[in-house]
Amino acid sequence: MATSENLSEIAKRQKKLGYQIKKNRSCYLMLAPYFILFFVFTVLPVLISVGLSFTYFNMLEMPRFTGWANYIRLFLEDDIFLIALKNTLLFAVITGPVSYMLCLLFAWIINEFSGKFRAFLTLIFYAPSICGNAYMVWSLILSGDRYGYLNGILLKLGIINEQILWMQTEKYILPMLIVVQLWLSLGTGFLSFIAGLQTVDKSLYEAAALDGVKNRWQELWYVTLPSMKPQLMFGAVMQITQSFAVADISIQLAGNPSINYAGATVVTHLLDYGSTRFDMGYASAIATVLFLLMVGTNKLVQKVLRRVGE
Amino acid sequence: MKTIRLFKPKQKKLNRSMAGNTLLFILMAICGVFMALPIVMIVNNALKPLDELFQFPPKIFVRNPTFENFSDLFVVMNDSWVPFSRYILNTVIITGFGTLGHVILASLAAYPLAKHNFPGKNLLFGMVVLSMMFSWTVTQIPTYMIVSWLHINNNFLALILPAWQFGMGLYLMKQFMEQLPDSLMESARLDGATEFQIFWKIVMPNVKPAWLTLAIFQFQQMWANTGSMYLRDEQLKPMQFALQQITGGGTARAGASAAVTFIIAAIPIIFFLVCQSNVIETMTTSGMKD
Repeated sequence: MATSENLSEIAKRQKKLGYQIKKNRSCYLMLAPYFILFFVFTVLPVLISVGLSFTYFNMLEMPRFTGWANYIRLFLEDDIFLIALKNTLLFAVITGPVSYMLCLLFAWIINEFSGKFRAFLTLIFYAPSICGNAYMVWSLILSGDRYGYLNGILLKLGIINEQILWMQTEKYILPMLIVVQLWLSLGTGFLSFIAGLQTVDKSLYEAAALDGVKNRWQELWYVTLPSMKPQLMFGAVMQITQSFAVADISIQLAGNPSINYAGATVVTHLLDYGSTRFDMGYASAIATVLFLLMVGTNKLVQKVLRRVGE
Repeated sequence: MKTIRLFKPKQKKLNRSMAGNTLLFILMAICGVFMALPIVMIVNNALKPLDELFQFPPKIFVRNPTFENFSDLFVVMNDSWVPFSRYILNTVIITGFGTLGHVILASLAAYPLAKHNFPGKNLLFGMVVLSMMFSWTVTQIPTYMIVSWLHINNNFLALILPAWQFGMGLYLMKQFMEQLPDSLMESARLDGATEFQIFWKIVMPNVKPAWLTLAIFQFQQMWANTGSMYLRDEQLKPMQFALQQITGGGTARAGASAAVTFIIAAIPIIFFLVCQSNVIETMTTSGMKD
């Protein structure tokens, strides 16, 4: 129990440097358990990986230092990497912003509903992320024979005359993968937006209505979005990590390697070297390049997001 | 006009037009059908008798529903070399501690990062955000080496300790805590509360939607982990591993594996619904803003 005498004493001591350190000590104490583990299981492995990117390492022999060789090979000799890079950028430029908007849009619409029905709606839209059998659904839809649902519908409507091998035809692979990825997009960002909408101060809406906000769209732009900026930032980072690291759906639906590398992405290329060819040095170099790409994009996106609601 | 009742009846929302409501409802219904496909398929497959499972072309909906697949599954489970209850216990330990520990540690570290100023703060936080952008595939090998050095291989700790420090959780919690008004903590501080008490009694209850959401993400991750990389002893393996072994049984076990797919999806869904309906409840009970 603090008496008033104690309080004034504390106020005096607060100005001194010694107190500052003591106060921060409790901060460091709270940080310690997480960050000790973080250094051991994340920072250290990342540093080792970056180190390995300058070596030849086949996971059997000791890594052998090769300098910039992996990076030079990556950009000057590896044509497939350039295809993969082009696909990944195309993928990220389209699915990144669209997925992000979809997450926000659906979270916002679901927020208009209430009670158990709302939890149910959230589940329905989160289903592709929680069920883990997305590939099963889409391989039925995109099946190359006439029994595939997409082929069936298009044949019935007379749009096509014979079935299309969706996942074996070069020009369809990337667009179809983009569609599947968009369908899968309501994941981490979506749920964090749902939670973020809960924390918007309700009285702000009343104040905004008095200030002349007329419809839900204005309310969204002037009240809701600025109030949930931290969640928007979080969603953007998650979106970047997902859009650039896309690989699973490509491997499951189009195979790795896919026809003429039409579905190759940076991460499928990385997996090819890391888990099939056991060239960890080269795979680490790919990971490092991908990392720098994401960091750059993140800088750019954060700049844009700061202007929301202005 | 059924739609109106679905909207919050007591606190009538401002700035809402009837036409807009109807439009949104129709949009949700159309999209919802597509998004619900995976759940619909899993439930229907689990109820299909064998001849329908092998039917070509495959149909989505079941015609003669049966629980045969589940009774098949129980037969297979009883045959397992390690009692099935052991797998369940392992999963409870791994998923339970992995989720609970992460939510607590990540929140504990997020609080000073969100609400205090101290040397090194930006550096630490920046590292966490950037770490999420480094490909997990590549760091797997160094992580494996570290786990071996620490001698926690073939131990639950090999799955639990790395799970406690995932970057996403800290980032999510920090973003939500940042929104809390400082005055909330200031008054408690004047009452002589320690930083830990402020964290536990004031900050955490006010960011309930955040940690419930984080629990969903973490549970999903831990539940999906087969542990096959680190756990060698059969007695240590989680349920997910045992269930996936059944799925690998080929055509002879197609029925049982349809039931397995159902269970693998159903458990995180139940957890999701429990957490998610609480996320919504907090909205009506908390009036935290000053």
